[in-house]
Amino acid sequence: MIALEKRPQPSQMWSLASPLVAVALTMLAGAGLFAALGQDPLEALVKIFWEPLFGEFAFYYRPQLLIKGAPLVLIAIGLSLGFRAGIWNIGAEGQYIIGALSGAAVALALYPSEARWLVFPLMVIAGALGGCAWAMIPGLLKVKFKTNEILVSLMLVYVAEQLLASMALGAMRNPEGQGFPGSRNMAQMEAATSWINQSAGMHWGVVAAFISVIFAYVLLAKHVLGFQIKLAGQAPRAAAFSGTNPARLILFCLGTSGALAGMAGMFEISGPSGIVSIDFNVGYGFTAIIVAFLGRLHPIGILLAAGLMALTYIGGDVAQSSLGLPGAAIQVFQGMLLFFLLAVDVLTNYRVRFGQRSAA
Amino acid sequence: MTPAATDRALMELNGLTKAYPGVVANSDVSFNLKAGEVHALLGENGAGKSTLVKTIYGLVKPDSGTMTLDGAPFAPAEPRAARAAGIAMVFQHFSLFEALDVAENVALGMENPPPLRDLAQRIKEVSETYGLPLDPSRIVGDLSAGERQRVEIIRCLLQYPKVLIMDEPTSVLTPQEVDILFDTLRKLRDEGTAILYISHKLEEIRALCDDATVLRLGKVVGTCDPRDTSARAMAEMMVGGTLHVPERDSAAAGDVLMKINGLSVSSPTEFGSALKDITLDIRGGVVLGIGGVAGNGQDELLGALSGEIRAPKGQIFHGADDIGHLPPDARRGLGICAAPEERMGHAAAPDMSLTENAALTGRKRKALTKNGFLNWRKTRDFAEEIIERFDVRTPGAGNAARSLSGGNLQKFVIGREILQDPQILIVNQPTWGVDASAAAAIRQALLDLAAKGAAVIVISQDLDELMEISDEFAALNEGRLTKPRPARGLTVDEIGLMLGGAHDMEVAHVG
Amino acid sequence: MDFGSINPILLLASLMVAATPILLAAIGELVVERAGVLNLGVEGMMIVGSVLGFVAAIGTGNAWVGFGVAAVAGAGLALMFGILTQYLLTNQVASGLALTLFGLGLAALLGQGYLGTKAPSFPDLHIPVLGDIPVIGPIVFQHDPMVYIGLAIVAGVWWFLNKTRGGLVLRAVGENHEAAHALGYHVIRTRLLAIMFGGACAGLGGAYLSIVRVPTYAEGLTAGAGWIALAIVVFASWKPGRLLIGAYLFGGVTVLQLNLQAAGVAIPVEYLSMSPYIATILVLVIMSAGSAPGSLGKTFHASR
Repeated sequence: MIALEKRPQPSQMWSLASPLVAVALTMLAGAGLFAALGQDPLEALVKIFWEPLFGEFAFYYRPQLLIKGAPLVLIAIGLSLGFRAGIWNIGAEGQYIIGALSGAAVALALYPSEARWLVFPLMVIAGALGGCAWAMIPGLLKVKFKTNEILVSLMLVYVAEQLLASMALGAMRNPEGQGFPGSRNMAQMEAATSWINQSAGMHWGVVAAFISVIFAYVLLAKHVLGFQIKLAGQAPRAAAFSGTNPARLILFCLGTSGALAGMAGMFEISGPSGIVSIDFNVGYGFTAIIVAFLGRLHPIGILLAAGLMALTYIGGDVAQSSLGLPGAAIQVFQGMLLFFLLAVDVLTNYRVRFGQRSAA
Repeated sequence: MTPAATDRALMELNGLTKAYPGVVANSDVSFNLKAGEVHALLGENGAGKSTLVKTIYGLVKPDSGTMTLDGAPFAPAEPRAARAAGIAMVFQHFSLFEALDVAENVALGMENPPPLRDLAQRIKEVSETYGLPLDPSRIVGDLSAGERQRVEIIRCLLQYPKVLIMDEPTSVLTPQEVDILFDTLRKLRDEGTAILYISHKLEEIRALCDDATVLRLGKVVGTCDPRDTSARAMAEMMVGGTLHVPERDSAAAGDVLMKINGLSVSSPTEFGSALKDITLDIRGGVVLGIGGVAGNGQDELLGALSGEIRAPKGQIFHGADDIGHLPPDARRGLGICAAPEERMGHAAAPDMSLTENAALTGRKRKALTKNGFLNWRKTRDFAEEIIERFDVRTPGAGNAARSLSGGNLQKFVIGREILQDPQILIVNQPTWGVDASAAAAIRQALLDLAAKGAAVIVISQDLDELMEISDEFAALNEGRLTKPRPARGLTVDEIGLMLGGAHDMEVAHVG
Repeated sequence: MDFGSINPILLLASLMVAATPILLAAIGELVVERAGVLNLGVEGMMIVGSVLGFVAAIGTGNAWVGFGVAAVAGAGLALMFGILTQYLLTNQVASGLALTLFGLGLAALLGQGYLGTKAPSFPDLHIPVLGDIPVIGPIVFQHDPMVYIGLAIVAGVWWFLNKTRGGLVLRAVGENHEAAHALGYHVIRTRLLAIMFGGACAGLGGAYLSIVRVPTYAEGLTAGAGWIALAIVVFASWKPGRLLIGAYLFGGVTVLQLNLQAAGVAIPVEYLSMSPYIATILVLVIMSAGSAPGSLGKTFHASR
């Protein structure tokens, strides 16, 4: 008989080890999956995890880590604040789209202005505000009407996707694009581009991602607000007794995560993506949920987890082009990672006992 | 022995032992239970009473030892088996479903219940026979604590049990309700039921029980006939030593520090009670005891005073200022501190360290923040001060609150508030689930605070505790508060009437 | 614009069809939530059901086999969620999200070879006599069997929850798992069964989308239907009767916007396509949630 027994203290050791164990288990299960797809499992794992970092074309793939990792970090940092407080924003994908559209709207409206000092900062602000406003919808509804934020934020993803389609095909379409369904390329506008050094993968989103990690770290470790966020998530009644204002916390967490997701979208659309098109979003908003958990909702952890997740994206592309591994296999792989992480995490708070039957 | 009792044991427990990691809950426990007797099981919190009755009820499997029932081996694998064999239990907590109605609740506690309509009829019959009126169609969440207990008792009675286990049944009853309950139990005893009665209230046991077994730290430390053993002698068996009784210097009542004027707020929880028109002057140097049966607005009163529940304009004054709209932190700034009943998750966050828990309420008065940033070193010092001054047993301030025993955490929580030097301190059930020596220490600390001139409000369901430490006594009943009266010289009957008498309970028709 | 092209009878008739996938998924989730478990993986279970059901239906040429496979697949995924949340005590919100993300990936992987394939036919019933009643007949009595099976499941769940001992125990477990455990009921076993039933229903709902409603396979064809089902459970205050109303209201919005698109209303297609999601949000706002099961979403671990 196997029984779980609650530890008096969460285990520090397992708290750090469980993501690593989960990654290892996922690789094993992933190998099985690749074998089932008729691939050599070892070769596939090498293509995914080794090739982009140390392979022949690593010089090309390494900058990609920054490009894919930055939006994941930005979004996951925001989500982690809410998740810690028990506020579940799972509509970051929508906030990411709206942020991108808001930033693009500024860039396209001011085109062909060359005043970078004006255009780019305005775009950043617009992106943050757009994402923030989109996230405030579930926030305000939750505060005012106790509406479930999980469902509302998620519904708004579908609304945002439709809005994106309408913009790409309508208002933001490139008037000189000869019918091409998409906007002007903002990455090529001097005043609007988010690139710092394209060949190194550096854009302002990477900078913002690092700043957000520091910001979240200080907030959680030192500031009363961070303390209240943790308290509200672990013991909501104790938080109320302590004097935390739940409404303010909901709006802060949703607003911040929306703003960060919006900024991520804005940096993406003015850099790596460049144009408003119907398939602009690729699911960073959902992958960031995995990143947040894999990083144990801790800023540094998120940084590392985003790196790993970016690697699976890139490695997945490598394996797709060289081995013909289906792109969806990577999606399955990412999903499995979250499953294993949650399963292994039980060891942080519980101890496994064998052979003794407790009161079950 | 009463006439119905025989010397033949109905149930025998032989050498029951149950260990959990780090603690032996029961060690070689043996005693006999006879048909037609009320047998008391005495002991402090943590003495192993709960584990023992859960073993009999099939919820816990002993590591070693045996039981017999009616001479045959008895080892229930689960509560259903125990119920089928004729064991019934009235729980102290956790066994009713608030959103379900009375009949559904009763059906869930029975093997093979009849269809709900027939069951409703039988509930009516049994409840009348035993003087426990109950409407089968009411939702349990809307019932008073006393009525809820009736649901549990009737659930048991409908199965005509051989053995009835009652776990601290009177903690939720007024004195008059206790009398009615005792009449019911005596009637059952006379019909031949064996009753295992768990309590730490010694006078009750002397009034009701025929035999007593005393547990301490999991072991049987003695047996006695409670009818001719003094309460003091039994208490000393329970704690294994002599008791320290709190002492106090009587201080003259000081100025009115806080004025409550017609306070009326609704409850934030679905089945809570609203506060109705509460008026009260809170004076320095006075310990005001507020009694009442659980669920009559205790949590809400504490919440309204601490600031967790905001009050409308003109209902709560601090000096001349209306403070009803102020949140908890602002009230702490004025010197109003509080300690809620539920330690785990309300007064303290279980998974957080004691240092973090010190910051939970201490930020304002201990100046633990600067520009919104927490000074963790100072906070840890505060936590360590609490641990030292209030004798909290823990390896250190870095340990999680949930690793502490109930009594130790309670000392931490009370200490945290007292060390903030409050002008007004409100506590709810300050010694619930705390062992006797820790309880005495907590009461002493409250009295010392009052002696320094602070106003102390103690909300409790333990009347003995309130009589021991209160200068004034008031009672909460369905969200209303009686006018406070001097505690000295109040009789049990007067207190009972203040607590709302027997609610709507009729006097039992016991033959 | 040509409103004349909208036939009210056909519109009402297709409403029942449009509502069925969501009704199926929602009734399953209702049982899960009444047992005290919040499974946010409905979307993932639906989409895996839609793929596997479709593949099985194509492979055998028999739609019924497809539905059977989808139900088993949904229950199997749900069992994974059940093991995680009930035995390994993981957070239910996170585990449900994991199930959805995993399901979406798995479906995309499994469905690759089938994009654009057409499902085998699944003919409508023509119920004698009733089906011939004018107006009412075509609206209510001329659908495929799954529409009626969905209704039967709703009725069965109502009967089970309110009239049987098992239903009483399930509700008790969902209201207060500590008390149910103290009385000797098997909290975890009850919940696992409920979770698997929920998964099977979600699988059926997904398969109905791919085999009947669309009826070809396309990537991401659930398009949030699982989330809408979750919303409808809240709308219904966890009551099967109101669930039916919720699902049909939602079916109505969907059908109406599709008809308006077809009729060429002057509103851009994208804005019409948003309307079901916006309607869902509005419904969530207007319906202040009734009383949820007391232990909903809380982890149960039998202590000493």
